[in-house]
Amino acid sequence: MNSDLHLLENTASDIFAGYRDRPGLWEEIEDTGLTLVGVPEKAGGSGGDSTEAVIILRAAAYHCAEIPLAETQWLAAPLLAAAGLPVPAGPLTAAEAAHDEVRLTADGDGWVLDGTLPQVPWARQAGRIVVVTDGRLCSVDASHCTFETHHNLAGEPRDDVTFDSVYLTAADVAALPEGPSLRLRAALARTVQLAGAARRALDHSLRYAGERRQFGRPIAAFQAVQQYLAEMAGEVALMDLGAQVAAAALADPRQDSEVAVAAARVNACRAAGVVAELAHQIHGAIGTTHEHDLRRATLRLWSWREEYGNEHAWSTVLGRLTSAASEDPWHLVTAPTT
Amino acid sequence: MKATVFFEPGTLPPETERLRAEVREFLAAEEASGGFTPVADSWVSGADPVFSRKLGERGWLGMAVPRKYGGAERTALERFVVIEELLAAGAPVAAHWIADRQIAPALLQHGTEAQKERFLPGIASGRTLFSIGLSEPDSGSDLASVRTKATRTEGGWLVEGTKIWTTGAHIADAVVALVRTGPAGESRHEGLSQMIVTLPDDGVEIRPIRSLDGAHHFNETVFTGAFVPEDMVLGTIGNGWQQVTGELAYERSGPERFLSTALLLRLLAARDDADSRVIGALTARLWTLRQASIAVAVQLSEGAAPDTAAAVVKDLGTRFEREVIDAARATGVRPDLASIDPFTRVLAESVVRAPGSTLRGGTNEILRGIIARALGVR
Repeated sequence: MNSDLHLLENTASDIFAGYRDRPGLWEEIEDTGLTLVGVPEKAGGSGGDSTEAVIILRAAAYHCAEIPLAETQWLAAPLLAAAGLPVPAGPLTAAEAAHDEVRLTADGDGWVLDGTLPQVPWARQAGRIVVVTDGRLCSVDASHCTFETHHNLAGEPRDDVTFDSVYLTAADVAALPEGPSLRLRAALARTVQLAGAARRALDHSLRYAGERRQFGRPIAAFQAVQQYLAEMAGEVALMDLGAQVAAAALADPRQDSEVAVAAARVNACRAAGVVAELAHQIHGAIGTTHEHDLRRATLRLWSWREEYGNEHAWSTVLGRLTSAASEDPWHLVTAPTT
Repeated sequence: MKATVFFEPGTLPPETERLRAEVREFLAAEEASGGFTPVADSWVSGADPVFSRKLGERGWLGMAVPRKYGGAERTALERFVVIEELLAAGAPVAAHWIADRQIAPALLQHGTEAQKERFLPGIASGRTLFSIGLSEPDSGSDLASVRTKATRTEGGWLVEGTKIWTTGAHIADAVVALVRTGPAGESRHEGLSQMIVTLPDDGVEIRPIRSLDGAHHFNETVFTGAFVPEDMVLGTIGNGWQQVTGELAYERSGPERFLSTALLLRLLAARDDADSRVIGALTARLWTLRQASIAVAVQLSEGAAPDTAAAVVKDLGTRFEREVIDAARATGVRPDLASIDPFTRVLAESVVRAPGSTLRGGTNEILRGIIARALGVR
């Protein structure tokens, strides 16, 4: 990583670390332009490439920032920009409707949206909700929706959102743009976040193993604990690498990024379980308490690995690709990434 | 305390895709004409000097060796593409493996002009095969404890001692032995040197050690006063530890550390009873490990020595190889080394060759110790 990227990482980390449990984080990172890094400048974004976008989202996840950054930076804003719709300021979210969950009907010059979308991340906190349905992309004012409160295991808001004949002007609806689907983008965003949370769990474990003394020495002096830490570090490094490679693939319009995202996702979801389990084993009973900070990392690992398809779902996607038309696993993994 | 294990993403140059296609075409033609039978763990268990020479004719051995020494003067990343294709196809590359992977780079880095001229053309053509003598009966993971000793004599050195697990010594033209030439010192890493012992030699006895499947890859190589002329010392006397450990990132991060059962995975995926979810999960891990291996290869080609990242590739890569075996066992096929069905045979080969993969080149426990040291807990 070059020095500019290190600087970006340090800047982002400092901001996220400083705002724990304090309001104003969104406003500060929006002011600095971080929320729209990776979104083209001509669409109102901050510019920058996938490497920079990964650094920012990973840092937010590492610090367990309680804001819809993934939803804004990786889902809503890029989709709105690609569809030619305005990218408003403030937190955003996005959701893709499964068959029959919502109904979009033409109404004069505009449209009417009806139905309910389950467990939309940060919906109540978002200014606008981007809804993908029936080949169209809608930008919906969140104040026109009703919410039923739900949370994931980590306590992040995942409300059900109901649209009760919400009227949309023609300017709020566009054809769904070409390019990666919302689900693929979202699976990748959660993968990047998993890498950040996993590194937090590893760093906590390293610190605790160095401080906690039993039998007259730090538990890090025991070979069994060292081997756990080494295994965690290897898994975390691979998760991180996979997320970066997949993000670069997704950002490159010349390539089909499905294999890269699916592979990185499967690997990260699986590793999330390994890392969380070992982190708790190293921490002993104190790590299982509500008071201990480890919870913020491991509950996120267990939540994020399930959202937008876990390792089993994406393994099936990859497996079907290998059984299709003369592809074998080796040809799939060696397909050029650029 | 901050974790310090990272991979810097790397990519293979796009122009290597043409080379990949050439290798695939060659392999398909060779396999179709009976030029080779694909086997599991082919870089240790599949020795075929005739096949090695065919690779040499195509310029696919000693690829990074300069033209003036008979090499192809191509890049390390081009070599990466060639070897990963050979390994994934189960092609018999064991005969030349040590010469191509370790000896050619070691000669280029530490060898004298005369040594380069004498050995490199043969390595690049597949006609000169090498073995390497590191482990000893009492010296496995603790390499610094080697006792094979070289003592000064008129015009050179006399070597005495026993090396073990010397892969391919029985077909090799030379063995490069790590020997003690002085006291170990406080660091335990002093006083070691590398010497090239050409074979056959009256002072070298090579005894076969048969593996679990009865096959002969390993040897016990006994030196009973073998004479090594001064000009066959590799590198600097007393610098053996640095020379050997300096190449560990190459040895531990290469695609051979996760592709020993790739053939089994491909055969499994082609079966009608394959569970596509399981194939997908293995494919995902393979993709990730390969990206890590490429990342290390790119770093190495830029002059870095990412030893910790290399240890991660080998630790997690060799464990992935086992997962493929367990997935293949889910078919219920009973492994049979003598079967004419390739899947049944390759499953059997994979099972009996599996224990070696997490031992050779540094056990997984040693590797995790290296990672733990980088993390600051050791």
